[in-house]
Amino acid sequence: MTGQLHKIPEQPSEQATIALAPAVSSSKPYQSGKLRRTSWLSWIVSDDPPGRLLLNAIVLLILAAFLFAPFLFPGAKALGVASRICIFVILVASYDLMLGYTGIVSFAHTMFFGIGAYGVAILLAKGWVGWGAVILGAAAGAGVSLVLAAAIGLLSLRLRTIFFSMITLAVASFAQILAEQWRSLTGGEDGLTFTVPAILLPSFRPLSHPVLGVTINGPVIAYYLTFVVALLLFLLMLRIVNSPFGRVLQAIRENEFRVEAMGYQVVAYRTMISALSAVMAALAGALMALVLGYNGPDTTLSFSLMIDILLMIVIGGMGTMYGAIVGAVLVVLAEYYLQNILGGMNRAIDGTPFLSALFHPDRWLLWLGVLFVLIVTFFPQGLFGWLRQRR
Amino acid sequence: MNTQWRERLQRWAPYAVTPLIVLAALPAMGLTAWVTLTVAGLTMGMMLFLVASGLTLIFGLMEVLNFAHAAFVTVGAYVTVTVLGPLVGWTTAPSLALNLLALLVALLAAAAASGALGFVFERIIIRQVYGAPLRQILITIGALTVIEQLVIVVWGPEAIALPKPATLRGSVFLGSSPIETYRLVALFVGLAVAAAMQLILTRTRIGLVVRAGVEDREMVQALGYHIRRVFVGVFIAGTALAGMGGMMWGQYQTLVSSQIGDSMLILVFIILIIGGLGSVGGCFIGAILVGLTSNYVQFLAPTLALGSNILLMALILLWRPRGLFPIGEQ
Amino acid sequence: MAEAGDVLLRLHDVHTDIGRYKILHGVSLTARHGRVTMLLGRNGAGKTTTLRTIMGLWQPRAGRITFDGQSINGMDTPDIAQLGIAYVPEYMGIFGKLTVRENMLLATGAQGFAKDSLDRVLAWFPPIKLKWDSAAGSLSGGQKQMLAIARAVVEQRRLLLVDEPTKGLSPVMVDQLVEALLGLKDEQTTILLVEQNFHVALAIGDDVAVMDQGRIVHSGDMAALGRDEELQQRLLGLSMAVGA
Repeated sequence: MTGQLHKIPEQPSEQATIALAPAVSSSKPYQSGKLRRTSWLSWIVSDDPPGRLLLNAIVLLILAAFLFAPFLFPGAKALGVASRICIFVILVASYDLMLGYTGIVSFAHTMFFGIGAYGVAILLAKGWVGWGAVILGAAAGAGVSLVLAAAIGLLSLRLRTIFFSMITLAVASFAQILAEQWRSLTGGEDGLTFTVPAILLPSFRPLSHPVLGVTINGPVIAYYLTFVVALLLFLLMLRIVNSPFGRVLQAIRENEFRVEAMGYQVVAYRTMISALSAVMAALAGALMALVLGYNGPDTTLSFSLMIDILLMIVIGGMGTMYGAIVGAVLVVLAEYYLQNILGGMNRAIDGTPFLSALFHPDRWLLWLGVLFVLIVTFFPQGLFGWLRQRR
Repeated sequence: MNTQWRERLQRWAPYAVTPLIVLAALPAMGLTAWVTLTVAGLTMGMMLFLVASGLTLIFGLMEVLNFAHAAFVTVGAYVTVTVLGPLVGWTTAPSLALNLLALLVALLAAAAASGALGFVFERIIIRQVYGAPLRQILITIGALTVIEQLVIVVWGPEAIALPKPATLRGSVFLGSSPIETYRLVALFVGLAVAAAMQLILTRTRIGLVVRAGVEDREMVQALGYHIRRVFVGVFIAGTALAGMGGMMWGQYQTLVSSQIGDSMLILVFIILIIGGLGSVGGCFIGAILVGLTSNYVQFLAPTLALGSNILLMALILLWRPRGLFPIGEQ
Repeated sequence: MAEAGDVLLRLHDVHTDIGRYKILHGVSLTARHGRVTMLLGRNGAGKTTTLRTIMGLWQPRAGRITFDGQSINGMDTPDIAQLGIAYVPEYMGIFGKLTVRENMLLATGAQGFAKDSLDRVLAWFPPIKLKWDSAAGSLSGGQKQMLAIARAVVEQRRLLLVDEPTKGLSPVMVDQLVEALLGLKDEQTTILLVEQNFHVALAIGDDVAVMDQGRIVHSGDMAALGRDEELQQRLLGLSMAVGA
């Protein structure tokens, strides 16, 4: 309440809390690897598998598809899409750490994505070559993100949800403006183009013969690098949310007053997860720069990218981690292929100017937005969450 | 005695910010430029105030932050385009009266359209998310995207030109300072609307209920008022105001695109934060501050111009973490 | 139509939860028309929750609340208020940014102040007249409390719910408050009063209900409780000599 001196706790209505992943009294106790390792597979996914048979199948299918992507979907475009999805999975999953597990809404996530990308881009564009520069750039980006996220967290996580969100929007906007104006450092609106390490170049061909009909070259290696790093980071995040630390986060999301009363410093936990989330986003950004050989304000810092992240996490399912995978796959594929579908529909309908404008390929965002609103309204747990909770 | 003076100073200090900035700018830029830029800043402030005031009242009263507010600005601007189309005879005529009349029609049309859309929006979207900040943010962002895309569906993806009416294209001179004629009109409209808002808020029962509701919603209900019904009215008024702001801004920019609302959104948020969430007076002063800052910095240090308001916001937050005129006691 | 002595407000087996916490466990009490019913108890006993539940600010999980024969649980707060029930919360509920006059005006209908009604309230609480055009936030704590009560009674009410009005008031103001409450009693206003100050309770209470841990543990005649020191000790952990 804006005006009240006292704190009368609100009687929560059904609308006030979204049905999310189980909280503190979860039925998935964290099993220390030493005590009850049911199988090495359980350990890898930190005892937090998709759960249902259907979901396990879907996730495994997606995993397989990505593992063999260069062979299943040959061509530079498809590989580019696959890389993009892998990177977005990390970007979105790291956002889920804040949104789904801790209940923080921040619009500054793309800023950290951009910082990581620029970290690599700036060093490589300045002429430093080789993996040393890449790692240094990624580390620098991650480091700056960590510090910045911690600063934002400590200064403003005490504020109310909406106030905090508005401030993150302002900060992200400032970062975008800075990137656009500081030509000498960031290349301004044009961005930075640079040469990636040799093994990632198209000209690099370690094998003289094609494997399974596909030539193994730099981009393929770049893809696998992206895939492996993304997989590792995802599993790491899965481990984090299923740890005691993760439990406290979920408790904070449910009722922070209670957690504070139990003796935990809520602001400290929120700051830690924000910093962690920012580092992950920065690493995703570094990968992005590496894959594209380019970075600019539009590639990583734009607000439309932030909306994409929100689309992915909401459609996929907040607070589940796997939702990030489902969401990223669906939305990126939609971005690329929904336009084709809409175009096809347009030709089939052949209706009034209004209808053809409604189903115009460029209006894919309209339909995704409608889907987004419907899901927030009727399926707040997202696709994955809903499938997990059925029956 | 000392503490009394300190208290007084504390209370009146926020009011001093605007005059200080205005006065400090004078030596930096010379009288001629100063007059032009100050008027420009005040005008921009008025247009921003139209848009921001609705949002701050809505938030103050029901704690709903409508990210889709920008969409109502956009709708207002596009409706203006449609309405001024058939009125081209009036806008191109060399008559000030006809020009102003055309603008008035457009203003009312924009307000009506945005208000009507607001009514539907409150019913379908906002009602579901009272008291749930997370869902509010998500659903209103989604709605923003959808409405803006629908605007493109109806009016097309290209930006549309909206030339100013014939008699409002030039400048008048105040001393040696040029002042765009349209700016004076916008300034006047903004002040008129602000005055009307102030009258309604302070002189009517409904305004009293709204002001009380912003402070303590529960108590107002305990006094027998159905604050939910009042809120619908405030929401519609807020979106209508946004539409008006969109109309004035679109006409001022002479170009209307689907991004017109978005470009204002960040400035509106900054104004809300600076002024204090829920405070209409704070919003007024915040809007003027942002308008002035934008124009002064644009002149003095163009590279800093875009980020200047964010820096201003940061500075003010360091001084007053809840804004200049927060509602509710500490 | 309620006669003096008839039951005006009845709570029957009311359970209220706040989130996961169960606060009221089957509260049953009555307030009789024209009488002052005291609601006593230690801190955290559930007295405030009871008042808020009656007012509809919190919905009971189970039980019935009837006002003048009409069931009111499940009704919206504004509707409950419009039945003639006024509520003065513990934190007073004053609108600090509005003037004293505007605060009072909110409690009147479309026709504004009725002169006689307003005059009697101003006589009870002189400071209100003094600060009529000042911002309510500039009043002292005691003056705010007076404003809160004045606002609640500036128009005739059938039931008055008051939560700890004497908390933090100087003895002089407490006396003024007691005078006002007695004056209201003369007007046949039914009052349900939560109080920590036992002296005040004795001075104006007719009936009493004592709460502990979300339940009513004693109800009966106030004067009788005042005579029974042992019962006081047991229920409230104090003796009359100690007071609030």
